[in-house]
Amino acid sequence: MPSLGADMRAAILMRWRVKPGDRVKRGDIIAEVETDKGLIEIEVFENGVVDQILAEPGKKLPVGTVLATIRGEGEPAPVIVTPPVVAPALEPVSEAKPPVRAAPMPHVRASPLARKSAQELGVDLSKVTGTGAGGVIEQADVLQAAAMTKEEKPLAPAEKFRRAVAAAMSRSNREIPHYYLATEIDMTRSLGWLTDQNAKRSLKDRLLVAVLLIKAVARALADVPELNGYWIDDQLQKKDAVHAGFAIALRQIGLIAPAIHDAHLKTLDELMAAIHDLIPRARSGRLRSSELTDATITITNLGDLGIETLFGVIYPPQVALVGFGKVANRPWAERGTIVVRPVLTATLSADHRATDGLRGAQFLEALNDRLQTPEKL
Amino acid sequence: MSDAEIKRAIFDGLRKIAPESDPESLALDANVRKTLDIDSYDFLNLLIGLNEKLGVEVPEQDYGKLRSLKEMLDYFSARIGESTTK
Repeated sequence: MPSLGADMRAAILMRWRVKPGDRVKRGDIIAEVETDKGLIEIEVFENGVVDQILAEPGKKLPVGTVLATIRGEGEPAPVIVTPPVVAPALEPVSEAKPPVRAAPMPHVRASPLARKSAQELGVDLSKVTGTGAGGVIEQADVLQAAAMTKEEKPLAPAEKFRRAVAAAMSRSNREIPHYYLATEIDMTRSLGWLTDQNAKRSLKDRLLVAVLLIKAVARALADVPELNGYWIDDQLQKKDAVHAGFAIALRQIGLIAPAIHDAHLKTLDELMAAIHDLIPRARSGRLRSSELTDATITITNLGDLGIETLFGVIYPPQVALVGFGKVANRPWAERGTIVVRPVLTATLSADHRATDGLRGAQFLEALNDRLQTPEKL
Repeated sequence: MSDAEIKRAIFDGLRKIAPESDPESLALDANVRKTLDIDSYDFLNLLIGLNEKLGVEVPEQDYGKLRSLKEMLDYFSARIGESTTK
């Protein structure tokens, strides 16, 4: 069970789309899981043949549970000497079981503190997946298992979604020392270019301002790559590819920011096609696992709601979020005179562990530069 | 095409992009995008859908003429009228 969010702990396996013996290739969808953020399609990340299906649909399974094994192309079928370690279901979907009093499990490898907590909380250690060295069960594993075995009242999708957002944003606020910068960008050239382009296009081929903003961010990140990546294990892990987490309003529920993969390589038309593909799927709960996990930076645009300036909360383990407000006509000083220009406020929320304000300012300057030459985006 | 058919096409389009809403309860002069929380993407999709149903291609410079239900009805009625009299 892959982790599909900063604080995802478990998900319900809903359906297999493959069976043992099926050939799969990287990117194929092999299963569907129900998370707090909706139904997600699980992709496979290697080519091969499905060897064993180890989890049954309908079970809530913790992150890290082995769902299936896949044999590489040309590899012989493995001889299973001992069964793979499979964390059993924490609870069936439709029924809640009372907590099980832990029985002594001398063969389970667990820390003394984990054993004490398991005894107190009634957690069966044989059913807990250890995340410590060599698979040793630690106290955190027990606490997580206890939290998930508690009887939970069914939540509406909007409530589950808020809970997932709350967990990720609380973690962000707790762990990430944010700094914030803002700049005003004259959008005359970008909007003029866009208007000319759209005048030549039919409705279904028109571009939105959003694609210019996404591409400009992706291009500006080439100048300041420290803002594109993750903060993991006290280190910045810069990423070459820009997978832009594009915030999409789910109407009554909230915002979700699935990744537009390789935004730096896509043309504006390809980015527009990606938006046409992504938004309906996000709203109907048909996102893919990689779209929830791969974003290297988040882009939020609240201009349509009339917001002028926004300072976002970074989605961990990312290290930056770029925010855009509405384009509004404002007085603009130029060559000693005041003129009226369409102006956009761009903001950067960044992780101070990964960068400082100087690099952040250089990024916003690069972003401004890119939007002054839209024909080169 | 009658005004009632144009209205139905607009309502159908609005229900598709804002399924939780009741477009028929909209005041004629209310700002449709603000009232139904319709962003640029949804608005573009509304126009693409109306183009398919009504055969009217709305140029970008006319977006500002489509703020309220009344403006939409007037606009599409006039544009359809133009094409049928040509």
